[in-house]
Amino acid sequence: MAIDSDVLVAGGGLAGITAAVAAAREGADVRLVSYKASTLRQASGLIDALGYLPPTEPAKPLRDGPPTAGRGVDPDEWDDPEGPLIDPFEAIDRLPEDHPYRILGADALRDGLALFDDLVGDAYLGSHTERNALLPTFGGSVKPTARYPRAAAAGIASDDASTLIVGFRSLTEFDARTFADRLTAAGVPFPVAGAEVEFAEAFRADAKITRFAGALDLDQPIDGTPAREALAKAVAPHLHDIVDADGGVERVDRIGFPAFLGDEHADEVRAELADRLGADVFEIPMGPPSLPGLRLEDRLYKALDAEGVRFETGNPVVGVETDDAGRVEHVLVDRKGREIPYSAETFVLATGGLVGKGLDSDRTGVREPAFDLHVPQPANRYEWFVDDVFGEQPYARFGVRPNARGQPLDADGEVQYINVFAAGSVVGGADVAREKSASGVSLATGHVAGTEAAAAAIEGTTEPAQ
Amino acid sequence: MSEQADVIVVGGGSTGCGVVRDLARRGLDTVLVEKGNLTHGTTGRMHGLLHSGGRYAVSDRKSARECIEENLILRDIAGHCVEETGGMFVKRPEDSEEYFQEKLEGCRACDIPVEVIDGEEARRREPYLARDVEKALVVPDGAVDPFRLCVANAADAREHGARIETHAEVTDVLIEDGQVVGVEVEHDTGPGKRVHREPGTTEEIRARYVVNATGAWAGQLGEMAGVDVEVRPSKGVMTVMNVRQVDTVINRCRPKGDADIVVPHETACILGTTDEEVEDPEDYPEEEWEVDLMIETLAELVPALKDARTLRSFWGVRPLYEPPGTGTDDPTDITRDYFLLDHDERDDLPGMTSIVGGKLTTYRMMAESISDHVCEKLDHEAECDTADVPLPGSEDFSVLREYMDEFGLRSPVGRRSAQRLGSKTDDVLKSVSPNPVVCECEGVTRAEVRHAIGEAGSDLNAVRLRTRASMGNCQGGFCTHRIAAELTQEYPEPVVRDAEDELYQERWKGQRHALWGRQLSQAMLNHLLHATTMNRDGDPAGLNASVDFAAFDAGPDTADDPTGGDAGADSGTAAADGGRPRAEGGVDGDR
Repeated sequence: MAIDSDVLVAGGGLAGITAAVAAAREGADVRLVSYKASTLRQASGLIDALGYLPPTEPAKPLRDGPPTAGRGVDPDEWDDPEGPLIDPFEAIDRLPEDHPYRILGADALRDGLALFDDLVGDAYLGSHTERNALLPTFGGSVKPTARYPRAAAAGIASDDASTLIVGFRSLTEFDARTFADRLTAAGVPFPVAGAEVEFAEAFRADAKITRFAGALDLDQPIDGTPAREALAKAVAPHLHDIVDADGGVERVDRIGFPAFLGDEHADEVRAELADRLGADVFEIPMGPPSLPGLRLEDRLYKALDAEGVRFETGNPVVGVETDDAGRVEHVLVDRKGREIPYSAETFVLATGGLVGKGLDSDRTGVREPAFDLHVPQPANRYEWFVDDVFGEQPYARFGVRPNARGQPLDADGEVQYINVFAAGSVVGGADVAREKSASGVSLATGHVAGTEAAAAAIEGTTEPAQ
Repeated sequence: MSEQADVIVVGGGSTGCGVVRDLARRGLDTVLVEKGNLTHGTTGRMHGLLHSGGRYAVSDRKSARECIEENLILRDIAGHCVEETGGMFVKRPEDSEEYFQEKLEGCRACDIPVEVIDGEEARRREPYLARDVEKALVVPDGAVDPFRLCVANAADAREHGARIETHAEVTDVLIEDGQVVGVEVEHDTGPGKRVHREPGTTEEIRARYVVNATGAWAGQLGEMAGVDVEVRPSKGVMTVMNVRQVDTVINRCRPKGDADIVVPHETACILGTTDEEVEDPEDYPEEEWEVDLMIETLAELVPALKDARTLRSFWGVRPLYEPPGTGTDDPTDITRDYFLLDHDERDDLPGMTSIVGGKLTTYRMMAESISDHVCEKLDHEAECDTADVPLPGSEDFSVLREYMDEFGLRSPVGRRSAQRLGSKTDDVLKSVSPNPVVCECEGVTRAEVRHAIGEAGSDLNAVRLRTRASMGNCQGGFCTHRIAAELTQEYPEPVVRDAEDELYQERWKGQRHALWGRQLSQAMLNHLLHATTMNRDGDPAGLNASVDFAAFDAGPDTADDPTGGDAGADSGTAAADGGRPRAEGGVDGDR
């Protein structure tokens, strides 16, 4: 039986799911194929739109020639980024011209966020305003973001509620005392203290964060005490750790934990801790494996199912076959070593960037391996980077370059395949990390690619235009 | 501040550390000053080969004999720094048979144990060797951890009363009445351990004798004393692979050339190297062709290297020396022997001797010979015992290894900790509880990191070198912040932040040379973790402008909206059950 659909989406991350749902809502018959677990497990679960405008030009010209041993050489110098930005939309016009937001327009971002809000329902907040919120990061900073999980909401930094940050002696990601001092150094408007507590040390010393989450989720006893009660007891002695300028103590209003407060029953875990501790409870998003990222992934896949999108995971798209008119007829999906053709009217490429392996590279260059789309890049790989790790890194902007409809362009700026659209990290032009724009770029490009792919498939407008 | 010592040793590489140990053990009051970390210059930037002498068995038999003698001594006195990997000189079809025979005879003549095996046997021992490798000479090469070796020497010196000052750059050589009487140093963050944000100080240290053991920098120190020391710094690249494609040192059996050695080192393999004379040991180009040459040429011996994951590359400068007038053009032809330059005899400047040339494998012998020389100058009679007394950490190490096998330390993490710590294992690992893993790639636990912080202050690069934390696949992406968090016990927030930034930037330096394939993916993941998730680049604490927190979203249930009603159409929905009213009461009531 031939595998066929109106729209085929390759890639199951935030962008692929957004594109698939957007296409399905246009009335298209959609199929999604993804290879590995999505990179959402590495994502914080915060939905950033645009938080900074980082400088793209160095403050002082870069040194010419190869790197040097450099002990006597000045490092790159870069101005501070503009930000944190209060309003992500008004800043879009000041991004570089080839940034996907500039190409697709601010409304693409609005549409993408609106679709996201609809998919996640009340699990996320932030849709009541176009302004960014500032949330604590596990690096001890705050960062601007457009949407935040309900579990993180009580940590919002534009609130003067006194705050306790809890760390665990057996977890090494941060030390709560330095964390609290860093927040203070960032100028937050609330008093904050940090406490390292003893919890679940019966687990082996390097137990994974998911182990803690599981124990809290099911309220399993730890050394005879139910996990949630045990955690509350460990934290309780620190509820008055905040010392004000006069030496007085203040009871904390809210308590931040590393994001492992349960999984399926996370709301219940937070509520019980809040009741026991008499303070609001929030999660601080962490690195991989990220529970907020995994929870979001679960929620999105349920939504995908509800929208009637067929999806399969575990098999990569390894190539395409085209017809004489330069349309992609079908993609080849590797199923246990056999290349199976999946045909569709239109295709959305959302296979990810350098991390998700939607972009591949070797010593000679960077390429998009599935469709062999054009990826602009300096010929010399020693021009892919600059010396300051947080400078304007060319590699961070690698990816295919789309037009306003999301169609990838070739080296001459022409549409490469009339029926292919691209979304997510495979699209270049943004340094999503420094801009704090990763999710927003996925949502905007995903929405445009899905909508356009569906329209083209349904209307049969995949003949060359112009 | 001024202090009178017997001897000042300038340079904290293998030579300087060996000298300070030797002199301290002979009862002299000795100070070591080093401008960076121990091994900062050349010692920490080599491929980690413990020579059997095989490499010099044709061209330089004196060096070859010294190597095998010292090789055997180091296995005894520095067991926890040495891995007895064994080595091979492999011959490909295009390599000269005549040279192979000369190498074999040379090894025999220098008393280097040697065995000839055919290609099949070589591949049985090292399955990734190329199919067309014809045969190999087996020699007792090994791998040595230069940093651990230097730290152990310095620690022993300190136990014998020496003072060790790192991050203490010599800014002047003091000369009075035509004689060297000491040095002026600038302590980067004051004397003792390096701690970020502590102010620097200047100190004059006076001594009866000064040893210039600054290697490639010997000319610069000489200049401060007004004497010429003609070192010819020569750079070489080392490329680090993410796994051990081979467990034996693999040498190409041909006369000389670039890219002819693969050294298994801890969890990695190190490919080396090039040999190019440079003007300035601190500022020279690190070039793409050098990295490409390592991978392509050494893939002729181990084809898997071609597509293997490269973690980073680094460069070192050899302190080559040749007596004035030798006139060698090609640095590969310059002797690897070492020289004592007595500036009294040579330049009429008493009170100082430079030691130049040489190599890590023979560091102890060089140290012994210059220590003999210094003792003679100072009329001090004492025997050298450094060939017989184990270095700290190596005492009864073989016994410990058996103990590890027998009892608890069966996990890979425990085993690796024990290999790094040697006989200190018990004390260090039991010092901290709980003891979670901080660096997952290299299996480094909190106890080890804290122990290293105790020795090195807030200098996380020194912690890295002591523990290997942040030296694996992620190159610090997943652990820089975790290592820095361990500073919290002792240091305030700004120190932790500076230390963290410094380590992260240092890790980037080497990764730039490995930015393709999986390591480019890793770099992007690191970028996303540190910039997106942690916002280290845009942290308001590090920016000049302050943040108007009140102008940002304060949550859906806050009534005051400074910008007036905005576009949030469905704010009602979001606020309906958004955030419970602030909780009241609680387990401990209100105190």
